[in-house]
Amino acid sequence: MYDVIIIGGGIIGCAIAYYLSFYNLKVVLLEKENDVSCGTTKANSAIIHAGYDPKPNTLMAKHNVLGSKLTKELCEKLDIPYKQCGALVVGFTEDDLNTINQLYQRGLDNGVEGLEVLSREEVLKLEPNLSDEVKGALWAKTSAIVSPWEYALALAEVAVKNGVELKLNSEVKSIKKDEFFTVETTSEKYNGKYIINAAGVHSDDIHELIGKKEFTIKPSRGEYYLLDKSEGSRCSRTIFQCPNENGKGVLVSPTVHGNLIVGPNAESSEKDDVSTVASSLDFVKNNALRSIPSIDFRENIRNFSGVRARSDRNDFIVEESKSVENFFNLAGIQSPGLSAAPSLALEAVNWLKGKEELVKKENAVDERKRLKLKDLSDENKNELIQKNPAYGKIVCRCESITEGEILQCFDTVIPPVSIDGVKRRCNTGMGRCQGGFCGERITNILIDKLGIKPQEVLQDKEGSNIINSLAKEEH
Amino acid sequence: MYDVIIIGGGPAGLASGLACWKAGLKKVLIVERDQELGGILNQCVHSGFGVGIFKEELTGPEFAQKFIDELRETDVEVMLNSMVLSLNEDKSVEVIGPDGYKKLQAKAVILAMGCRERTRGAISIPGSRPAGVFTAGLAQKYLNMDGYLVGKRVVILGSGDIGLIMARRMTLEGAKVLACVELMPYSGGLPRNIQQCLKDFDIPLYLNHTVVDIKGKDRVEQVVVAEVDKNRRPIEGTEIVYDCDTLLLSVGLLPENELTKQANIKLDPRTKGAIVFENMETSVEGIFACGNVLHVHDLADNVAKEAEKAGEAAAEYIRGNSRSDKVVEIHNGNGVSYTVPQHIHYPATNNIDVLFRVNKVFGKSVIEVVDAKENLIAKFKREFIVPGEMEKIVLPKVLLDKAEGDITIMAKEVV
Repeated sequence: MYDVIIIGGGIIGCAIAYYLSFYNLKVVLLEKENDVSCGTTKANSAIIHAGYDPKPNTLMAKHNVLGSKLTKELCEKLDIPYKQCGALVVGFTEDDLNTINQLYQRGLDNGVEGLEVLSREEVLKLEPNLSDEVKGALWAKTSAIVSPWEYALALAEVAVKNGVELKLNSEVKSIKKDEFFTVETTSEKYNGKYIINAAGVHSDDIHELIGKKEFTIKPSRGEYYLLDKSEGSRCSRTIFQCPNENGKGVLVSPTVHGNLIVGPNAESSEKDDVSTVASSLDFVKNNALRSIPSIDFRENIRNFSGVRARSDRNDFIVEESKSVENFFNLAGIQSPGLSAAPSLALEAVNWLKGKEELVKKENAVDERKRLKLKDLSDENKNELIQKNPAYGKIVCRCESITEGEILQCFDTVIPPVSIDGVKRRCNTGMGRCQGGFCGERITNILIDKLGIKPQEVLQDKEGSNIINSLAKEEH
Repeated sequence: MYDVIIIGGGPAGLASGLACWKAGLKKVLIVERDQELGGILNQCVHSGFGVGIFKEELTGPEFAQKFIDELRETDVEVMLNSMVLSLNEDKSVEVIGPDGYKKLQAKAVILAMGCRERTRGAISIPGSRPAGVFTAGLAQKYLNMDGYLVGKRVVILGSGDIGLIMARRMTLEGAKVLACVELMPYSGGLPRNIQQCLKDFDIPLYLNHTVVDIKGKDRVEQVVVAEVDKNRRPIEGTEIVYDCDTLLLSVGLLPENELTKQANIKLDPRTKGAIVFENMETSVEGIFACGNVLHVHDLADNVAKEAEKAGEAAAEYIRGNSRSDKVVEIHNGNGVSYTVPQHIHYPATNNIDVLFRVNKVFGKSVIEVVDAKENLIAKFKREFIVPGEMEKIVLPKVLLDKAEGDITIMAKEVV
């Protein structure tokens, strides 16, 4: 019998698991995919927003501002790639300048620190590659960039170390309630007193497995370009255009990995359809060029899309279900959901505190470290290589990732099970060759470490097998 | 202190290393990131290598082995599993390998890092993002190094040589290659590969076509191909849908010049490699470049010849024989997309080999070399020139000496 069953292993579910892991509770986190962070969490702009954008007195405003402060602390504590690079909302017209002033005022109302309205000259001095058409900007100094999948993974790792059970490949099929809940997944049944629904784009479906329709997810897809590191210094801050009815518009930003990210658009889509469309990519490209005309899109290394879990309520849904007692919904977590995540998770914890007394666990860990060879001094690099020559063998040449760094991620509490799982843990295949050189090496490492057949090696999710058959096997 | 550090142990690195040794250099180091020498040759198990140099048809590994065997007879040092992390103008490098992290200094450096394949991202193919989309070289590595076949029903985008070779290779392993699709009106591969790898196996080649959509949730299920117009935009209504599990990409190779950029060496936007003189010296004195890091070759034999030139020039440089300071530039005239070298030390010390590619298919034609005063310096006849095949002309010293100012190379069809 579990105290809490969390459904969904994205940033929200992982943050809840993290915070609950400090209490004497039996907690299970159910995730339908073979890894955490497989949905919207891994496919977004990777921005921790300052909080000037949401309308005052909304849940979005409250949790964005609180969440972005908490995120900074968490990233420092748990060794998550994070950089407070700041953001600029640039304006091209008089209307835009009005919007910028409104955003500034809104930011003050929301309690955002470090806001400044800049003249054309001031903004061009900060970002000389911006278009000549720029007339002014809002500078939000607390805006930051983060590695979202590593963020979710780090939270989940600490949670698991503290006793939270993580069940991967566990899609929830049915939920029943008697005295307590019985949640049936594709493979097992779990009994629990409380359910926290953090199922992202599927949160309405999960809720309706037992409750009445209280909200509807209206998925909205955003498409992106990710450019080579050679374009990574086109700007030093996240560049937004003025927001409109379709959201925050197309941004251009450095990433914590040194690349340049460009996107997204907003278009209605199916919940799990992360395709890209030529016309949408063109739209993204053309809008980005309005901000920074010199972006060289020939340096693109990847396109991707992510689906926002937008709901019909225009705000986050952070409440106990009205039709099912002891069932808490964290739904409609679209942007700024990543920024708000820790604050939203704490809201779920507070809800639970209202239900019963939570006792802090003794000896809980609250740290996590990832060894990155690149960050070591020359001396420490050598020391490590002397101890284990695998740290001297580069496997991923674009990102300079060594065999030792890859092997060590198999010794963590949530080891990878796919090529992309390795990528999310140590950045292999993230560079300009996109795994063209290292993919084969990683495949063989997976075969070795997981004790699987070549045909069982996955690119990412279940069913994404790389190898069809062995040569000369069957003709 | 090394005489020469050679970055890369593929055909260019091997041949330049040997040339350095033969020219009398004693402290030569080859740094190779893989666990063995040979580079991309190791996965090229097809034959066709060596005709130009060894006068016999060899496979890639056999071709590499000839150089490796010869290298074993020398004291050229080899560092395996080792990668150069940085390169400085002063010819110092940082290397990481199983022996540790080191800073090394050389008198000269030869860039021989090779190239990488353009990926799906580089050409922004829309659609879903399932497993089953591979660069042709990665599929080749899986098949020839590990014995893993990546798929059974295959569409190939691009008609570069690796794609063509893989069409045949996968067919021989029991896969069905449904089509080879080329965006341009001509193939980027060698004519002999079009014949031997596609036509001989009845694999259709669609010129002026591209992939407009990839379908499939976890693994490729369908690939949609469409014809393109003159501006290379897909024409609606011309779509062909293939049920397949694999899309191979053979859409071009990119010289790996990240280290070159670090050393502030000038690059040619057309070759995406360093700008070099006739002796393969880059804009930074004492740093030379050869092979696919300089410009993408279609024959390893040509790589080896170019690399020998770089090795000899590095030795000459170390001995302190500098060439003339006066520079003649080679400009690309009509039909020519790039030349190597781009610069010549003037007056030339020898006859000059100029390698170049054309930007469209030419029938019977002449290649003309003119100087700044538009005087015709030299003229070469050709029956047929295609972009997929590198062309070479030799400019005799005696004729070059007559040239005034920069020279231009152009191709003209003879009507």
